[in-house]
Amino acid sequence: MATEILMPALSPTMEEGTLAKWLVKEGDTVASGDILAEIETDKATMEFEAVDEGVLGRILVPEGSAAVAVNTPIALLVEEGEAVQDAEITAPAQAPVPADKTLTSESAPAAAITHPSPAAEVDTTPDWPEGTVLKKQTVREALRDAMAEEMRGNGDVFLMGEEVGEYQGAYKISQGLLDEFGAKRVIDTPITEHGFAGIGVGAAFGGLTPIVEFMTFNFAMQAIDQIINSAAKTLYMSGGQMGCPITFRGPNGAAARVGAQHSQDYAAWYAHIPGLKVAMPYSASDAKGLLKSAIRDPNPVIFLENEILYGRSFDVPDMADFTVPFGKARIWRSGTDVTIVSFGIGMTYALEAAEKLAEDGISAEVIDLRSLRPMDTATVIASVKKTNRCVTVEEGWPVGAIGNHISAVLMQEAFDWLDAPVINLTGKDVPMPYAANLEKHALVTTAEVIEAVRTVSYR
Amino acid sequence: MAARKTTAKPAKPNVSAEELKTYYRDMLLIRRFEEKAGQLYGMGLIGGFCHLYIGQEAVVVGLEAAAEDGDKRITSYRDHGHMLACGMDPDGVMAELTGRAGGYSKGKGGSMHMFSKEKHFYGGHGIVAAQVPLGAGLAFADKYRENGRVTFTYFGDGAANQGQVYETFNMAALWQLPVVFVIENNQYAMGTAQRRSTSTPDLYTRGAAFGIPGEVVDGMDVLAVKAAGEKAVAACRAGKGPYILEIKTYRYRGHSMSDPAKYRTREEVQKMREERDPIDHVRDLLLQGKHATEDDLKSIDKEIKAIVGKAADFARESPEPDLGELWTDIYAEAAE
Repeated sequence: MATEILMPALSPTMEEGTLAKWLVKEGDTVASGDILAEIETDKATMEFEAVDEGVLGRILVPEGSAAVAVNTPIALLVEEGEAVQDAEITAPAQAPVPADKTLTSESAPAAAITHPSPAAEVDTTPDWPEGTVLKKQTVREALRDAMAEEMRGNGDVFLMGEEVGEYQGAYKISQGLLDEFGAKRVIDTPITEHGFAGIGVGAAFGGLTPIVEFMTFNFAMQAIDQIINSAAKTLYMSGGQMGCPITFRGPNGAAARVGAQHSQDYAAWYAHIPGLKVAMPYSASDAKGLLKSAIRDPNPVIFLENEILYGRSFDVPDMADFTVPFGKARIWRSGTDVTIVSFGIGMTYALEAAEKLAEDGISAEVIDLRSLRPMDTATVIASVKKTNRCVTVEEGWPVGAIGNHISAVLMQEAFDWLDAPVINLTGKDVPMPYAANLEKHALVTTAEVIEAVRTVSYR
Repeated sequence: MAARKTTAKPAKPNVSAEELKTYYRDMLLIRRFEEKAGQLYGMGLIGGFCHLYIGQEAVVVGLEAAAEDGDKRITSYRDHGHMLACGMDPDGVMAELTGRAGGYSKGKGGSMHMFSKEKHFYGGHGIVAAQVPLGAGLAFADKYRENGRVTFTYFGDGAANQGQVYETFNMAALWQLPVVFVIENNQYAMGTAQRRSTSTPDLYTRGAAFGIPGEVVDGMDVLAVKAAGEKAVAACRAGKGPYILEIKTYRYRGHSMSDPAKYRTREEVQKMREERDPIDHVRDLLLQGKHATEDDLKSIDKEIKAIVGKAADFARESPEPDLGELWTDIYAEAAE
């Protein structure tokens, strides 16, 4: 019985090609690996090798034939001493359809295009039970306590990064950890972000729970391939086999007067990536509760801190094991006239503005997203349905901002409730300048928040 | 220890007829599997990128012979050979190539992205050299756990010019990580010959600046690869830190299926195939040493043909993934 030799696909996009030249003739004996023909694809001229061995019984498509469809029989291979029966020749029109052509985007059912997540309910449970004793703590201390508690609870948790050990942390977040946990678990790395981020991801693949500190997230751009291509995508690419429980943390956004390369907010960058979780706390309790959740999470988490907030003090519940879940916003201030949505240091301006607006009789509801992926849009939508107006506040750049996403969600989910276009306040669309006066103008300000609220309120 | 070139032919290790037959069989499985993959690609059953391992079979088969249970391996996108050599199921690998539910990644990874926790195979990575720090990270985890395991981290001569390789060399040496860096030097980084991309030809010396010992190995000789692998693994297990093996090999096919390979002559490829083929080499050892007859080898050929044929059938018949799979495996659920 003859074996059909089919016109091969020789590139990811090839559907037809030219059979430029036969390098064997009828009657020739061919072995696996012998070059049978030259075939011109849309990109190049390729040599086409035999896979099976036998005698070339008949050439079905002569050389020089153009537009030969992939999978058209082009020749018949027979065994030694065997003749080709005419009945065995299939008409090219009956060439089998390759499997990957059977499912086109047109034929894909619409159901697959929508994420099957149910409409989220607003979760209004408080972060800690009523009557819990509170203590004042800085964001810095809260972050350190979160790491220390998780390291005490799980021997597989370790911290690595530049200056995290003997120097006690470039921003003193890891102060005291080397003394308590030793050099095996608090590891000073060379200045080599791409390398140690990759080693961290590999250690997570190997079953450990790394916390990788970037001295600032500006430097994580050196490592972003490992964060996105290796950490975020591997669970999916492995069909669920290989998780990556890792936390990447460090200060993000502008500090003060450190110039363009050290003053960037990456919130929108990482929030874009399926497979990552992204937290960006404002207060000390959220810093602590979210970091503990991050370390326990079986997925890669980007934990965006802020240098200016490190020294600020907030109430933190005095509890044995306090955590804050991802995807749950916090309403810092209830209001009826306008919704202000922010996160991270943006909350400083949002809360200041709300305070001043209250003096003028405008009641602003202030929502801290806390985590950007997953994002608690349900709380935002519910609030806007009440206030009918929304201003978003963030430090990052305006194009593709987090606020843009919230605006889009409100358009789709609360269009009929909006009494004014949503305003997205962001950092200015410029690299961060060094000069003190310019830097102040490049950042979002409390005055701009007040102005935007007045604009959406028409007063 | 400094990097050194092995001038004398390595002493042939004591190898039994059974072992030789196993290497022959394992290499032949990779060769026939890859030929079949090339054929299925030509039929449109495999899409996208498909990088074949034909010609390089002795590298993974030799090193797997030096590995112990629990040792890990990680490699680039030219990964089918590594998966077969560490014992992954040819059906599951082929079905992943065709993007079917029966594939190792349920059809969601493809040729370049497969994994097996059971066989300690950690991928299958599509970004050139990204697997190098990942492999050192696996070794980091083993050292942390003090479990005596070693990680084989494979990369090519092209990847050897990436910066993250040297960041990793530095940390692996600094922290004495039990990792064997295997540079599979097939002489072409896609279409660029090594002499056109690499300032110094001897890649085994690339760890010298970090104090990592290195050796060059004939990658067309499975016994030489095995012997070098055993030495490297022993050093790692003894706590001496990383080791570099530059394994000189050759890929017969293009970089990927769509590579016309105009950067080298047909004669060059033909010469390697005829004079240095790693499978013919073992075949000759078996026949000349009277360890096997032509009939014995024919029966192995037949067995392999059946395995590969079954894998191809499975890969065609396995259904495409359910559309619901689009939305699964993006996030892992917490264990609690």
